[in-house]
Amino acid sequence: MSTVTITAKGTHELYLEAYNVTPDAFAGKTAVEIAEIECHEGNLKSKLGEYFDIEGNGGATAAETTIVVRGDCKKIKRIGQQMTAGEVIVESDCDMYTAGWMKGGKVHVKGNVDSFCGIGMEGGEFIVDGDAQNHVGSAYRGDWRGMKGGLIHVKGNAGSDIATFMRGGKIIIDGDAFIHVATHAEGGTVIIKGSVESRVGGQMVKGDVYVYKGIKYMMPGFKYVDDVDAEVEGETAKFAHYIGDLGERHPKRKGEIVYGNIYLKK
Amino acid sequence: MSEYIIKNGFVFDPLLGIKGEKKDIGVKDGKIVDASEVKKGKVIDASGKTVMAGGVDIHTHCVGPKVNIGRLMRPEDKLFRSRVKEGNTRVQMGFAVPSTFATGYEYARMGYVYANEAAMPPLDSPHIHEEIRDTPIIDISAMPVLGNNWFQLEYLKNKEFDNNAAYTAWLLNATKGFGIKCVNPGGSEAWGWGMNCTTIHDPVPYFDITPAEIIKGQMQTNEELGLPHSLHIHPNNIGNPGNYETTLDTLKLAEGVKTNNKFGRDQVLHNTHLQFHSYDGTGWGDFCSASQQVMDYVNKQKNISFDLGCVTFDETTTMTADGPFEYHLQMLNHLKWANSDVELETSSGIVPYVYDPKIKVCDIQWAIGLELALLAKDHMRCHLTTDHPNAGPFFRYPRIIKWLMSKKSRDSLLHSFKWADKVIDATILESLDRELNLYEIAQMTRAGTAKCLGISDMYGSLREGTNANIAIYNINPEDMPSDPELIEKAFAETAYTIKDGVIVVENGKVVATTPNYTVWTHVRVPDNPIVDHDIREKFAKYYTVGLENYMVFDEHVHNPRAIEVDTTA
Ligand SMILES: [Zn+2]
Repeated sequence: MSTVTITAKGTHELYLEAYNVTPDAFAGKTAVEIAEIECHEGNLKSKLGEYFDIEGNGGATAAETTIVVRGDCKKIKRIGQQMTAGEVIVESDCDMYTAGWMKGGKVHVKGNVDSFCGIGMEGGEFIVDGDAQNHVGSAYRGDWRGMKGGLIHVKGNAGSDIATFMRGGKIIIDGDAFIHVATHAEGGTVIIKGSVESRVGGQMVKGDVYVYKGIKYMMPGFKYVDDVDAEVEGETAKFAHYIGDLGERHPKRKGEIVYGNIYLKK
Repeated sequence: MSEYIIKNGFVFDPLLGIKGEKKDIGVKDGKIVDASEVKKGKVIDASGKTVMAGGVDIHTHCVGPKVNIGRLMRPEDKLFRSRVKEGNTRVQMGFAVPSTFATGYEYARMGYVYANEAAMPPLDSPHIHEEIRDTPIIDISAMPVLGNNWFQLEYLKNKEFDNNAAYTAWLLNATKGFGIKCVNPGGSEAWGWGMNCTTIHDPVPYFDITPAEIIKGQMQTNEELGLPHSLHIHPNNIGNPGNYETTLDTLKLAEGVKTNNKFGRDQVLHNTHLQFHSYDGTGWGDFCSASQQVMDYVNKQKNISFDLGCVTFDETTTMTADGPFEYHLQMLNHLKWANSDVELETSSGIVPYVYDPKIKVCDIQWAIGLELALLAKDHMRCHLTTDHPNAGPFFRYPRIIKWLMSKKSRDSLLHSFKWADKVIDATILESLDRELNLYEIAQMTRAGTAKCLGISDMYGSLREGTNANIAIYNINPEDMPSDPELIEKAFAETAYTIKDGVIVVENGKVVATTPNYTVWTHVRVPDNPIVDHDIREKFAKYYTVGLENYMVFDEHVHNPRAIEVDTTA
């Protein structure tokens, strides 16, 4: 396992598109070669060496490469985008699209992230110690294929539009969320340990949403069916079980109609 | 202007009957000349290469309102799928519904210089002309969508053929349109009532006319006017198992109809994207190919032509003026859907679609498209299209050429399918050993398309005196590559594309642009006060726009190149 430590110099005026800060791009490269890797400041093509001090060499493969990102990354986007293996640790806040379209490996952000983090995720693990803005684990705009697999864990609060068009995988928000959770979902699990304002499961076809501290306004397309005991993240608790969205088409499996489920902790 | 001699290439020009002979081609002042006339020109060494006229696409959806709605409703079509900007090009965006710039450049890279936009809603024609202006390099014509137009439905119902011809001529002039397109005749109008016409005998609600009467009447109008192109039809019942019978019923309407034109065109009916209309079976379970039944008929009839509409296994965006069809498609795949009603004229719908090789129906569709071309006896009447972007994006033409020219390449794909045995049972592709040659490819992609469009005096040939539109491909007919992938690569990236005498592509890269033209048909007909009155009345009563605002302003039309048709003489 090799560790590359890159420290943001904070010299850029525009947002930095750091789509190549991934173990995949760093693997097999020396610090000098990593400094030559492409990035964009606004629409100007540049090199990572212009924006980061780089220490250490990449491992032989992505899986054997860890990247530690230091310095102020508030204006740095797309760290970990499309990565397939290895690990990225960001010791600061960072901007949009962090861990977007991630396929494997692990991204750990110790601060907050902006919007679209974990968008279109297919696999791997993405941990945020702070808060996330909107579109956590959602689909790219227009796309009907949202998160397909992997785990997103936001330890703080999240904004709106979580898990839009989700098809698989798991999203855990330890804090609260605002509106639009699992809209159009066709699978996957969302666990919100805090509360949600409203619009959970709009046009949801399949999938499970657990909310611990209540939904202020429930969607009219969901119907209470029963109380169930469920084990969530190692804890068993009693939940009120709702099915929906009743206004949406639903597939059948073994003669039974499959619905989206919302579980409200009692 | 520059002068060139293209030396030692193998020339294929079906319109001149040139079948791969070594021949030098001269270019001077933007025109093709005898090589001896070029005294001080640059020599382009084409030895070991294939030289053809610039490609002519007979049916594509590359400009206009529904193309643009496709762009708007599919931002994900641009995600990670756009080509990186080349040196001196504009930004190129999108995949299945590329931006205007990407469209022009992609056609040029394949050696194409002309595209016929197959569906212009007349009311939205200004938008078409704006996009033609923004599409670099290639010349474009656009066919107004008719066949569900209230004027025509009434005139044809009442057998007022002269009035229908006068109205059609007025519409071509008003929209700067090229010819008569007919989509799901009567069915798109029925869609306004939530209905459809799935046979040629289903009456259209309210108008009480049948698709058969509409098609017959439109063919008669087309020949009465003597337009360069024939009636261009997308028949009823598209995409449904068993629809080949509707297709044959439609094609039989052309029996006995004679051509009347001065443009060298032989057909009176062009059936577009025949693949979507050659299905047998009673449902998706026993869905199978009817290419043999369809081609047995098409091969016998000299006065019909068709294009393929080949499936390419891409994630694409379907778009058609066949509103009810797009509704059905959306009910099958549950993806997003746009639907539009164009007042008195037509409808349209848009739905993304993924042709997945793991799905048996997609594989059978793919096979049918290729079978039609391999069964065809006359490739001057059988044209290469994907109904872009409906069955796949147009820049897959080189891939289809590979499949048509190499049994090895199509068989290896066929046998890789998850349901290969079932697909082989439902199709005849595996039994077809034919491999098309470069002459037949030239017929399908430029000579035949130009002839059927009625523009073979301007496009599709290397005849001296015509505009110098030339494609030079890295393929040697005397030493064809054993690796079929090289065929695809050769047709995807020309060694040179020359448009109006300017080298626009070199080694697969766009190196220059040159002004493109809008080709349209200017028709003169005798004064017809009845039709004048009907037009004023319909606009006053029904249209949301005034007559003066409806007609395309001259400044809207980019570099017009009018084809003159005069029925008053
Ligand atoms: Zn079409």
